[in-house]
Amino acid sequence: MVERRWKKWVYFYIPLSLIVLGALFPFYWMLITAVRPDVELYRSWRAANNTPLWTLAPTLAHVQDLLARTTFPRWLWNTFFIAVASTGISLFCGLLAGYSLARLRFPMAGALGTAIFVTYLVPPTVLFIPLANIIRSFRLGDTPWALILTYPTFLIPFCTWLLMGYFKTIPRELEECARIDGATRFGAMVRIIFPIAVPGILSAGIFAFTLSWNEFLYALVFLSSPDKKTVPVGVVSELIRGDAYFWGQLMAGALLGSVPVALAYSFFVEYYVAGLTGSVKG
Amino acid sequence: MKNRVGREEAGSAREVVSAHPSAPRPALLASVLDDEKLLALLLLSPAVLLLAVFIAYPFAMGIWLALSDASVGNPGHFIGVKNFVKAWNDSIFRTAFWNTAVYAFWANVLKLALGLWVALLLNRHFCGKRLVRASMLLPFIVPTVLSALAWRWMFDPTFSVLNWLLYRVGLITVKLPFLSDASWALWCAIVVNTWRGMPFFAITLLAGLQTINPDLHEAASLDGANAWRRFRHVTWPLLTPVTIVVVVFSVIQTFADFQLIYVLTGGGPANSTHLVATYAYQIAIGAGLLGEGTAMSLFMFPVLFAVVWIQLRYLRRLEGM
Repeated sequence: MVERRWKKWVYFYIPLSLIVLGALFPFYWMLITAVRPDVELYRSWRAANNTPLWTLAPTLAHVQDLLARTTFPRWLWNTFFIAVASTGISLFCGLLAGYSLARLRFPMAGALGTAIFVTYLVPPTVLFIPLANIIRSFRLGDTPWALILTYPTFLIPFCTWLLMGYFKTIPRELEECARIDGATRFGAMVRIIFPIAVPGILSAGIFAFTLSWNEFLYALVFLSSPDKKTVPVGVVSELIRGDAYFWGQLMAGALLGSVPVALAYSFFVEYYVAGLTGSVKG
Repeated sequence: MKNRVGREEAGSAREVVSAHPSAPRPALLASVLDDEKLLALLLLSPAVLLLAVFIAYPFAMGIWLALSDASVGNPGHFIGVKNFVKAWNDSIFRTAFWNTAVYAFWANVLKLALGLWVALLLNRHFCGKRLVRASMLLPFIVPTVLSALAWRWMFDPTFSVLNWLLYRVGLITVKLPFLSDASWALWCAIVVNTWRGMPFFAITLLAGLQTINPDLHEAASLDGANAWRRFRHVTWPLLTPVTIVVVVFSVIQTFADFQLIYVLTGGGPANSTHLVATYAYQIAIGAGLLGEGTAMSLFMFPVLFAVVWIQLRYLRRLEGM
């Protein structure tokens, strides 16, 4: 018995704690850097009074600077608006497409499903150069619409795939009952199937929201004015001035830029996990 | 929108009382909403239209750009495969291509090994399991750019906390050149990528593990199988399909990665840690050579295509759809 307990510590508790520690340490490091005064921040690593792991004089100066002297609040709003709008568009398209691929019989259904799935696997890094040309010729450059319309390219396939899987788990009989009662196919879809699919819609929505919040390459290429940028691009391109890294402010930005998405995630963690695992199970 | 919903309600209300001859018949609408093929066309068109305009069209345009000498402000002329030849003769590009392969290979090996291990650890009952799972996913949720920035600060040449820790523990006496040495820098990127992507593996593999019927394990141990054999002959075969999908996703993501390297090293020191995507960005957006940049990014395509093909072929998940 004693031996078993010892084994459990060595093979289970200690590795698991180390992994959790490793997963969370960079976030702790963001936090501690964000509240550390500059005097402590740039102290030689061999100095006797160096205490990198904690701080004796926490300050909110970096955060105040970030919120008052930079366009960071504006970036937060931009990111939020773009993420919500592109998630909305993708959910709308994904719901309709997912339903028809899961339920309706029509020629080319299989091929179309495959095609949508394959676009899911085309990474933005292959498309961003020609897409920048297209955005320019549509006169969408440097507007939020450049992102609101392009983010759905990776969100729709994902939403469609996830919701298609979800619709397939809903028994056909429910729809058939509604149709016997006189509902049209479309009516049955909207009033019977969609309400049942709300958990699936939430999963897809929360996942799509985090994906668009995190997107970087398109935002980097399509936006240029400082006040139009999203958080990831703004922090990297505007807070780093030339070669100067103001780490206190940078980490404050990284922390505050992560909070909204971490909050959204923590409220819907089960839905998020369902979306994550559903995205590979289909 | 309101109008449409109203009409739609009226339509189905009519159908409910269809015995009533005096009710008006929005026949066309009803038949569109009821015909499978027409409805499918209607429902699929928004998604297909958007994907056609923003994926298929740019992809076709990309092929044209790669075969032309286009640059910013110059639509370009057809020049054949010159851009591809030029890219392949560019030693930085070849380094970038090799880096991409090394990066994608090792990051995925590490993510799979660690992720599987963590999934097996999490696949049992213990106190605070939900909290552990939730906090473990955090690296995957947070914008990569922002967490990569934190890592860059942790790898800082002068103020690295990792150097400080190792020094205090007594493992080193001189600073480790995390990002200032070419071979160190690529491995740092691999570590950060593993840190970020491992939760995805762990959580999806965990979901796969949870679908395995415990009776199978019980039966195997009754037959005298030890833990390793149970894993090898029961768990692993049942987990393979999920594993393949996860690995395919992750290989595509890592192979086409951009943001992590862009923030962590910017391709440096001395262009030694570029990935195909970051170098293509530098050529196309930085230097404005659209044709050359696109040709470089298209070098990724055969690899990605092969991976997708394997996925479609081995899993046949679309069968019977």
